[in-house]
Amino acid sequence: MDLSFVLSLLVFSPLLGIVVLAFMPKTEEKTIKIVGFLATLPALVIAIGLYLHYLAGKKLSDFDVAKDWITFGGLQGAEAGFWKVNYELGVDGFTMLLVALTAVVATLAAIASIYIKKEWKGYFMLFLLLEIGMLGVFTAENLVLFFLFFEITLIPTFFLIGKWGYFEKEKAAYSFLIYNGLGSAVLLIVIMILFSKTGTTNIDMLTQIVSDPNVPMTSGLKLGLLIALLVAFGVKLPIFPLHSWMLRVHVQAPPSIVMIHSGILLKIGAYGLIRFGMGIFPEQFESLAVLLAILGVVNLLYGAFLAFIQTDFKMVLAYSSISHMGIVLIGLAALNEAGVQGAIFQVVSHGLISALLFFLVGAFYERTDTSLMENLGGMAKGMPIASGFLLAGALASLGLPGMSGFVSEFMAFLGLFEEMPWIAAVGCIGIIMTAVYLLRAVLGITYGQSHRDFTGVLDLKGVEFIPVVVLIALIVLIGVVPSVLSSPLQATLETIMLGLGG
Amino acid sequence: MSLEELTSFNWSIMTPEFIIVGVAALLTVIDLFMPKKQDRRILGWIGIAAIFAAMVSLVGLLGAAPDSILDDTFRLDSFGKAFKLLLLAGAALVLFLAISYKADEGMEEYRGEFYYLFLTGLLGGMIMTSSGDLITLFIGLELLSISSYVLAGIRKNNLQSNESAMKYVINGSIATAITLFGMSYVYGLTGTTNLLAIAGTLQSLADAQHAYLLGLAFLMIFVGLGFKLAAAPFHMWAPDVYQGAPTPVTAFLSVVSKTAGFVIVARILISVFGVAATEGPGSMPILYNMQDYIAVVAGATMIIGNVVALKQSNIKRMFAYSSIAHAGYVLVAFTSLSSNFFYTVWFYLLAYLFMNLGAFAIIQLVEAKTGSTKIADFAGLYRRSPVLAVAMGILLVALAGFPGTAGFIGKMNIFIGAFMVQEPHYVLASVMIATTVVSYFYYFGIMTQMFFRPAADDSKFTKIPVGILVVLVVTVAASVLFGVFPDIAIDFVNNNFNQFSDFLQ
Repeated sequence: MDLSFVLSLLVFSPLLGIVVLAFMPKTEEKTIKIVGFLATLPALVIAIGLYLHYLAGKKLSDFDVAKDWITFGGLQGAEAGFWKVNYELGVDGFTMLLVALTAVVATLAAIASIYIKKEWKGYFMLFLLLEIGMLGVFTAENLVLFFLFFEITLIPTFFLIGKWGYFEKEKAAYSFLIYNGLGSAVLLIVIMILFSKTGTTNIDMLTQIVSDPNVPMTSGLKLGLLIALLVAFGVKLPIFPLHSWMLRVHVQAPPSIVMIHSGILLKIGAYGLIRFGMGIFPEQFESLAVLLAILGVVNLLYGAFLAFIQTDFKMVLAYSSISHMGIVLIGLAALNEAGVQGAIFQVVSHGLISALLFFLVGAFYERTDTSLMENLGGMAKGMPIASGFLLAGALASLGLPGMSGFVSEFMAFLGLFEEMPWIAAVGCIGIIMTAVYLLRAVLGITYGQSHRDFTGVLDLKGVEFIPVVVLIALIVLIGVVPSVLSSPLQATLETIMLGLGG
Repeated sequence: MSLEELTSFNWSIMTPEFIIVGVAALLTVIDLFMPKKQDRRILGWIGIAAIFAAMVSLVGLLGAAPDSILDDTFRLDSFGKAFKLLLLAGAALVLFLAISYKADEGMEEYRGEFYYLFLTGLLGGMIMTSSGDLITLFIGLELLSISSYVLAGIRKNNLQSNESAMKYVINGSIATAITLFGMSYVYGLTGTTNLLAIAGTLQSLADAQHAYLLGLAFLMIFVGLGFKLAAAPFHMWAPDVYQGAPTPVTAFLSVVSKTAGFVIVARILISVFGVAATEGPGSMPILYNMQDYIAVVAGATMIIGNVVALKQSNIKRMFAYSSIAHAGYVLVAFTSLSSNFFYTVWFYLLAYLFMNLGAFAIIQLVEAKTGSTKIADFAGLYRRSPVLAVAMGILLVALAGFPGTAGFIGKMNIFIGAFMVQEPHYVLASVMIATTVVSYFYYFGIMTQMFFRPAADDSKFTKIPVGILVVLVVTVAASVLFGVFPDIAIDFVNNNFNQFSDFLQ
C-alpha cells in the first residue's frame, strides 16, 4: 500500500479546521471551540497510527514522500539533481515521538483554550496554523522546508501572544519575534551557506556530504557553522544568556499557548541541535562537548537558583524550563548513547510535564485571577483535586523515580559522569535545587497561608480532567515502561553514534 | 537613411513600444477634444487596454531570436523581454490604482495627463530595457524621469505635492547630469556610443591610465544612477517625494521607476564595465575591481533604509525607506554577480512588484477613507475589515521575507548568489539578514496597529473600488503563488530566456 500521502495529511490536517472556521460566524463561541478542538484530532489519530505502524514492526520509511518543488536557476549541476529543494517529508523513531508529542499537546492545549475570552475564531485559526508549523518542523526532511515550517510557527505565535496574552502582551510578543527572528536569521545563513557549498539541503545527503573530505569546506567553516547553529537553536531552547524573551512569553502568553510553547516550541531547539548540529557536524560537535556541558550545567543551576526566589508561579515554571533544558545540553555533551538518549527523553518528558503544570496554572488563574504563590495559598482546601495533580506534576518534574523526569535525568547524568565526572558532579547540585524550589512553590500554593474563604472557587470539572489525566498517564507510562520511548529511538541513536564515531 | 533601408528593418520587434506610444498620443488627442467636465477615467481604461495589448504582443515576440534595428540602438534580447514584462505588469497595476484614485486638491482638470503620463513614463522604461546604445538609454531615462516629475506634482494645490515635484526635479536633474558626464568619458575613450562596440574596444584596453579614467567614469555613472535607485547615500529625495506624490504615483516610482533604474544599471555596468579590462586583454574586468564600492553602497542602503524606517510615523515615508532597503537587497546581487545574477534580479523585482503594489493599494484605500497617511490610521483595520487586514498582513509578511512568500524565495536567490561565488560575501549577506530582522520591527508595527489596537472609528470599508480590488487579488495571489511554487517563474525563464546568454551578443 502506498502510504506516502499520510505525512502530508498529518501536517496539513489542521488546515481543514481553518477552512471550516473561516466560514463560521465569529460569535458562536461554543461551536468554534468545539470545531477548533476537533480539528486537532486528525493529526492525533494519524500520529497514533504512525506509532502503531511502528509497533507492528513495519518500516517508518514507508511514509517518506518526495516531490519536486523548487529549482534554482542559472546554476551548474542542476541536471544532476543539485540546486533543487524538494518537498520531502519523512519520519524516523525520534521524529515520530516528537510528532506524537506535538499532536497530544496540541489537542490538550485546544481543550485548555476553553479559558480564552475573546475572538475565538481568530484564535483557533492561528492556533491551527501553529500546529501545522510544528508538525511540519519535525517531519521536514530538508533544511529549507524545515525553515519554512519553523517560520510558520513564528507568525501565529506572535499574534497569539500579542492579542490574547496578559498585561504586557505586546512587549512579550515583540521580544519573542525579535529574538526568534534573529535566531532564524542566523539559521538561514547557515542553511544558505550549506546550500551554496553543497547544492543540496536534504538532511541525509548533507550528513554524508559534509563529512566528505572532497567538499570545499574547511574545518574552520564547519566549526563556524556549528557555532551559528548553536546560537540559532540556543535562542529557541533557550541557552543562558539568550533566554530573557522566553520568561516574558511564559508569563504573558495565555496558558494554552504556553503549554504549546513550553511543551513543543522550545523542543525545536533541542531537535535542531541533535538533528543538524550533531547529525551534520559530528566532528565539530565533539570538539565543543566541554563547552556544551558547561553551558548545560550553567543553565541547570542558573534556572534552579532563580526559580527558588520567584514569587510568581509562572516565573518558577519558566526558570524551571531553563533549568530542565540544561539537562538536554548535559545529555548531548556526554556524546554517548546514555547521554543522548537521556537528552531525548528529557525533551519528551519535559514537554508533557510542563504542559501539565501550565495547564494547572491556567486552571488556578481562571478561578483566582492570580498566579502569585503568596495570593494562591491554601489551595489544598479549595481545590483539592487540582492541588493533588499539581503535586504529582511537580514530583514528576523534580525527577521522582517511576515518573518520566527521573528516567531522563538519570540517563543524562549517567552519560556525563562517564565522560566528564567533575562537571557532572557540579551539575548534581541542580537536581537537589530542583526539588527544593518545586516543593517550596507547590507547598506554598497548596498548604500555604490562605487569603480567601474559597467560596466560589471550584475544583477541576468536566473537560478539564482530560488534559491532566492524559498527561499524568503518559508521564507515569514513560516512567514505568521507558521502552515506549527507547525502542523507537534505538535506530536513530545508532545512526548518531555512528556519526560520532563511537 | 533611405526609405528602402527604413522599410528593411524588422520593425515588428518594436510592436509593444509602438502600441504604447500610439495610445499615449491618442489619449492626448482624445483628452483635448473631450468636454471639460467629463470624467477622464475612461482614458485610464484605454491605457490599461494598451498595456495589455503591448503585453500580448510582447508574449508573441518571446520566441523571436535576438535582433537589433536602427543601427543597433534598439535591441530585443531576452534581458529586454524579461524586464519589459515586469515594467508592463507594474504599470498595468499602477493604472488600476490610478483609476480608483479620488482626485482632489487641484487635480480635477489635469486628470487626462494623470493617465497618459504613466504611459510615457512606461515607454521610457521600455526603451531602456531594449537599448543597445548610450544615447537611447539616456533618452529612455529622461522620458521616464520627466514624466515622473510631472506626476509627482500633479496635485497642484497641495503643498507637499509641489515640494515633492520640486525636490524630485532638482535632485533628478543633478543625478542625470552626473550620469551624462560619466558617459561622456566612456564616449571619449572609445569614440562610440554603441554598447557592444564600446565593450569590444574596452576589452583590449591596455593603458593603465585609461583604466583610471574608466574607473572615474564608472563611479560617476554609478552615483548618478544611484539617485535613480534611491541607494544610500543618494536616497534623501525619496521620502519627501514619496510622501508628497499622489499614492498611485508613489507606487509607480517605487516599483516601475525603480525596476527601470536597475535595468539601466545592469545594461551599462555589465556591458561596459563588465568587460573593460584593467591591465591589458584578458585581465580582471573593472566591474570586479569596483565590487567593494557597490558592496559598501548596498550595505549602507540596507542599513539606512531599514533603520530609518523604524521611526517613521507616516506610512508613505515608511514605505519610501522600505523601498530603499529593498533596492539595497538587489544591489547585493549586483555585488556578487554570480552565474544566476539575471534570474535573481528579475525574480526579486517580480516579487517586489507584487508585494509593494499590493501594499500601496491598501494604503490608498485607507488614505481615501481617513484622509491622512499616518501609520496610526491603520489601527483596528482588522475589526473594520478583516479581509483587508489579512491581505495587508500577507503582503507585509512577504515584504519581510518570510518563507512561503515570494519575498523569501527572492532573498534566497540573493543569498545563494552571494555565497556561491569564488570569494563569498559573508559580511554583506550578514548585513542583509540582520537588517531583514530589523525590518520585522516596522512591518510588524503595522500589524500591531491593524490587529491589536482598537479603531478610532468603527466604520466599515463598504465599497472597495474595482481597480483596487483587482490589484489586491492579483498581488496577494502572486505573492503567495511565487512563494509556494517558485518553479513557475524559473520554468518560464528557462523556457523563454535561455539563461539570458544573449545579453552581450
